Amino acid sequence: MTLSSSSDKPVGVIGAGNFGTVIANILAINRPVLLYARNQHTVKHINQKRENRKHEIHSNITATHDLAQVARECDVIFPMVPSEHFRAMMKVLAIHLQPYHILIHGTKGFDVTVPSGESINSIAKLDRHMVKTMSEVIREESVVVRIGCLAGPNLSKELAQRQPAATVIASHFDEVILIGKRLLRNDRFQVYENRDIVGVEIAGVLKNIIAIAAGALSGLGYGENAKGLLVSRGAVEMIYLGRALGGDVKAFLGVAGIGDLVTTCNSPLSRNFTVGYRLAKGEKLQHILNDMSEIAEGINTVRIAKKCADHYKVRALITDRLYKVLFEGMTVESALEFLMRFPLSADIDFI
Amino acid sequence: MDILEEKKNKNKPYKPILEDIPDWPVYQLSKNRNEFINEVTQHAIVRIQALRPQRKQLIDDLEATVYREQNRIKRNRWRADPKDDSKFWSGIKNELVELGNKSQEEADKAASKILEKIVHRYASEIAGNFKQTSYKFARSIIKFGFLRLLNGTRIKKFGAFFRNRYTLRDKIQIVGKVKMIRQLARQGTVVMVPTHFSNLDSILIGWVIHSMGLPAFIYGAGLNLFNIKIIAYFMNSLGAYKVDRRKKNLPYLETLKMYSNLAIQKGAHSLFFPGGTRSRSGNIEKQLKLGLLSTAIEAQRSLYMAEGVPKKVFIVPVTLNYHCVLEAPEMIEDYLHVKGQDRYFPEQDRYGSFGMIKFLFKFFTNPSSISVSIGPGLDVMGNYVDEKGNSLDATGRIIDTRDYFISNGDLSIDRQREDEYTRMLSQRIVIEYHKINRVFASHLVAFIAFQMWQKKYPKLDLFSLLRLPEEELELDYQEFKLVFKRVRKVIYKMKEEGKINFATHLKGKSDLAIQWGIDNVGVFHLNRPLVKNKKGNIITKDLSLLYYYQNRMVGYDLEQFI
Repeated sequence: MTLSSSSDKPVGVIGAGNFGTVIANILAINRPVLLYARNQHTVKHINQKRENRKHEIHSNITATHDLAQVARECDVIFPMVPSEHFRAMMKVLAIHLQPYHILIHGTKGFDVTVPSGESINSIAKLDRHMVKTMSEVIREESVVVRIGCLAGPNLSKELAQRQPAATVIASHFDEVILIGKRLLRNDRFQVYENRDIVGVEIAGVLKNIIAIAAGALSGLGYGENAKGLLVSRGAVEMIYLGRALGGDVKAFLGVAGIGDLVTTCNSPLSRNFTVGYRLAKGEKLQHILNDMSEIAEGINTVRIAKKCADHYKVRALITDRLYKVLFEGMTVESALEFLMRFPLSADIDFI
Repeated sequence: MDILEEKKNKNKPYKPILEDIPDWPVYQLSKNRNEFINEVTQHAIVRIQALRPQRKQLIDDLEATVYREQNRIKRNRWRADPKDDSKFWSGIKNELVELGNKSQEEADKAASKILEKIVHRYASEIAGNFKQTSYKFARSIIKFGFLRLLNGTRIKKFGAFFRNRYTLRDKIQIVGKVKMIRQLARQGTVVMVPTHFSNLDSILIGWVIHSMGLPAFIYGAGLNLFNIKIIAYFMNSLGAYKVDRRKKNLPYLETLKMYSNLAIQKGAHSLFFPGGTRSRSGNIEKQLKLGLLSTAIEAQRSLYMAEGVPKKVFIVPVTLNYHCVLEAPEMIEDYLHVKGQDRYFPEQDRYGSFGMIKFLFKFFTNPSSISVSIGPGLDVMGNYVDEKGNSLDATGRIIDTRDYFISNGDLSIDRQREDEYTRMLSQRIVIEYHKINRVFASHLVAFIAFQMWQKKYPKLDLFSLLRLPEEELELDYQEFKLVFKRVRKVIYKMKEEGKINFATHLKGKSDLAIQWGIDNVGVFHLNRPLVKNKKGNIITKDLSLLYYYQNRMVGYDLEQFI
């Protein structure tokens, strides 16, 4: 299997947000890249000013507003779209996709479909039929079967500065993993592989919950002991939830699980962390959301994970308290107080 | 009662799509039987050597094969086994021992020779033996014999024996996409994958294929069936090849797969039971065996890579629906035994030719009917196809199946990818099974009765429930009827949504439908799963059997409506 026959074919990236732009820049080191942006103005800006969201744009990148063009010219496409727009984007893209396409997404969020008449706010419990990972959305909406996912501790800002980092590519197909590795790997970017795509996706999503909690602890002014407590107990909670949703424990112990968790919990740069931090400072959720330029996936994740935990009867204390803080007006202090008082015993009981 | 009987099949018999047997791919295969066996042997050897590139690995596998074969001969010998079995394998064993005394180069050659011997033997064991004359003969036996039996016994007058009042077509209903399959069989190669509940399936499906006007299929039938002489005769003449589930060694499995793969590539319509063995529990298969299924995908890819206009391979799921499965009592016993104690049991058949004839007689003297649901055609990726054989995506857009095998613009061989495709295809087939499954009143009454008892004893696990004395179990008829109506309504709705199908006798007055169900469920068994007592309430004579029949309805989330 060589890439030579189509090495001149561009690679597609869908979504010119922070992460999309950074991934496009990494891909551009090896190959020409076609970068799709939803906003026509952004396209113009990228192509003329060679700049987007304060990232310099690699000379191999061409921005476009035409999804059909991306599907036509690229065999391999990286969708990097927030989860709440993902299905809608796939519906448009799907008409242009063929079975030979390979899709590797980098979206850390769930897609939720509730029965008509219900909304994600009103529905009491969610089960796995209503909650889908992005790879499942791709399967449902298109003919593409060779699907991969990109997850790991990949803070856009650090990647952009070419600091050392690693990611994991998960797919049922060796072929997809191999292609993903060849396209992404460089001397500053290590790529690991995993076969449990759903596990990796779920790990990447659930860690957003703990990231908000980490922000909250930091906002309350607590130090490293508290963080150690949170990271380890957070990981256990992720595994409980992840298993209920169909992931394997292993994925949670790897780059996409623990790796990503540690990074996000220590990173004031991340959006989820910021939400938690500002909540702890006493700000209202709506107020915080109003001045964020991109979506903090974690907020929606808390809502979904809490309702899934209820349905599958999984004990997820951190998620449950965060839900109360975010949507039911509980203060961060009383949530923390509850957690510290809760009688718990076994440290690890899942291996 | 008349209203409840299945509507007479109004379809006229289908005309054969290929008139002359010599045009049939299966005939071509058996005419050149020896050449085909050699071709299978050669290809299988290449494959095995690719899987075991080092001599050491190959010899390890050969030694394991001999060990297992000798074990099998010692422990589990069947009538259908070749007479010279033990001689052949001890010969191979000696040759393997001698390898140690040879030089590297000689040993290499000798190992390949041994491999060839084994593979060639397996290929000959597997290969079917379709003969034009005996096919016609067997076909007319099935038709004539069954027909006479049917008419004679139903009308109960001697003279009626030669009248054609009832035909096999009334007895065995074929519903579903028959026309489509006929069209697909003209354009490509059909691979039929039915559910498997009874040994009768193999004969039944042969007749079904014939009556749909299709040329004979080659089919993978369990070698155990060939132990029963009367069935062996029919199977041989209908084009069956033999699948020996005792042999799990690498050379055997690769030879078997190559046989199926090459036959499909040559355009021989094929049939195998992807569940692998009869469903012991009575459940519709949830897990399919991937070995033979993978050959459909591999054959399709090879066809795309070959020169000329590529033929397409079509997968057709089929469900067979019975009121009564002859082997149910033994199978459910085995199943519970294994599930309860996690122990292996050897596969045996308790019916010789005589038992089979007795069963066939019972089967045809009873008005209980069988229905065969033919599912829609799928491509090897599980996409629906239209009548021209084009693959369609969920929106109905035409897509090219060839594209699934393309990497960087070129067709490529990627075994891992095809393994994954096989897994995906198996999941699609299971989904189709559930959609085309035709609910009989007998299945539904069994399900409802069992679930109602389960609900009455919520604290009991399955095994404790099954140990309850049957005398203690009684369901109030009115209560039962209420639940029946409720669940039936759900099934009506599910049918509209395309999630399930049901037999026409399920409709109409619920009293009659329930009666029809109780009268028919497990009708040939000594202890009936369900009967009405004097008070008109519902009781069981055999709860395990009831469990077997209720399992047919598991997997639809209907439990919540009990």
